Amino acid sequence: MSNQQDAKFYQEVLDICLNAGRLMIEGGSEMYRVEDTMLRIAKNAGVEDPRVFATPTCVFMSLDGGDLSQMKQIRDRNINLELVDRVNELSRQFAVKKISLSELRQKIIDVATATPTFPLWLQVLGAAALSATLMVLFMDDYDWVDFPAAAVVGAVGYLAYVYFKRFTNVRFLSELVAAMVMGLVTVGITHIFPAMITDNILVGALMTLVPGLALTNALRDLFMGDLLSGVVRLFEATLTALALGGGGAIVIKFLGA
Amino acid sequence: MPFWLEIIINIAFSYIASVGFALTINVPHRALNLAGISGIVGWMVYWFAARAGMGRMLSNLMGAFIIGILGLIFARIKKCPVTVFNIPALVPLVPGVPAYQAVRALVNGEVFKGEAAILRVAIVTCAIALGILLSTMITEMFYRTKKFYKARKNKL
Repeated sequence: MSNQQDAKFYQEVLDICLNAGRLMIEGGSEMYRVEDTMLRIAKNAGVEDPRVFATPTCVFMSLDGGDLSQMKQIRDRNINLELVDRVNELSRQFAVKKISLSELRQKIIDVATATPTFPLWLQVLGAAALSATLMVLFMDDYDWVDFPAAAVVGAVGYLAYVYFKRFTNVRFLSELVAAMVMGLVTVGITHIFPAMITDNILVGALMTLVPGLALTNALRDLFMGDLLSGVVRLFEATLTALALGGGGAIVIKFLGA
Repeated sequence: MPFWLEIIINIAFSYIASVGFALTINVPHRALNLAGISGIVGWMVYWFAARAGMGRMLSNLMGAFIIGILGLIFARIKKCPVTVFNIPALVPLVPGVPAYQAVRALVNGEVFKGEAAILRVAIVTCAIALGILLSTMITEMFYRTKKFYKARKNKL
């Protein structure tokens, strides 16, 4: 009898931990933080010796008492730090016994289905502000001519990225299309206003989608000793960069600007 | 352009850029402002270091180091993960220009120019990662020594 109860308990703990790990990886957390959070949840639930292995595409976990070992596959990864923060907060609350195991389970499901995001217009505004200001910071020659153009191109490119991402399951394709849209708009703008510089505008606008952060995260994983995750993320970042730069450069080369 | 105006522009724009990126990656509300401040400090350290002629690698390392330390402090205040502050703050330091130049040169068939730019990207990225790593190490050491001395004081 108690054996059956044990099996149920272990299954519940495994479910919660795997879901928490999946959400954190989808949100773009570092691997050691994912493993640490999963171990903490399991230990606070009363499991003696939990074992975890997390990679960007899959999490594995096994518990000592119940002969149980399960995995969960992870399909889409992007940066959504609200997810990481929520799961972290829940794990913290569980550690100080503010919420019970079943409440934790329910709350993690809530996080998975309904995370609040900023409204789309605010995101687009952020992308516009980011591309205009970064263009000025990077170029270091304070050209105010390209300032509005970079904002427009960044906003349009980000919108294209968001909308196209809903239609396709192919990874890197939405980045490619967004970069091509940016290239097209830039070439159009420089055609109308010849005083503007194509390269400056594109550098600023592409920064909205740039994987430099994925690159930095990958190196951190590598230095922390998570070799597998580091290499996988490094490759992902390189592919994204190639899609972005390739999309922009192909359009420019094609239109001869 | 006078020097003070340049400083003001750099401060304002690094804040706007960090917060703008934070909006696109859905950073929690309570962390937005502090992420922007961390972005300002990191960029200004990089900017002054680059102006003082320290070279690309050292100035990026210093900027990332300061961002890492600020992120750890803010994380303790706000009880958020460190990444929430670090990722938006690092945006101005990310090597966007050489990366773009590299792909552009490769598409144009200028292989050697592209290779040089790729090497530059690699160096800057490594410098940023090393800076973050150093900051983690130093704060860990600081808290450990603090704990050690506290424990010894209690024993006496």
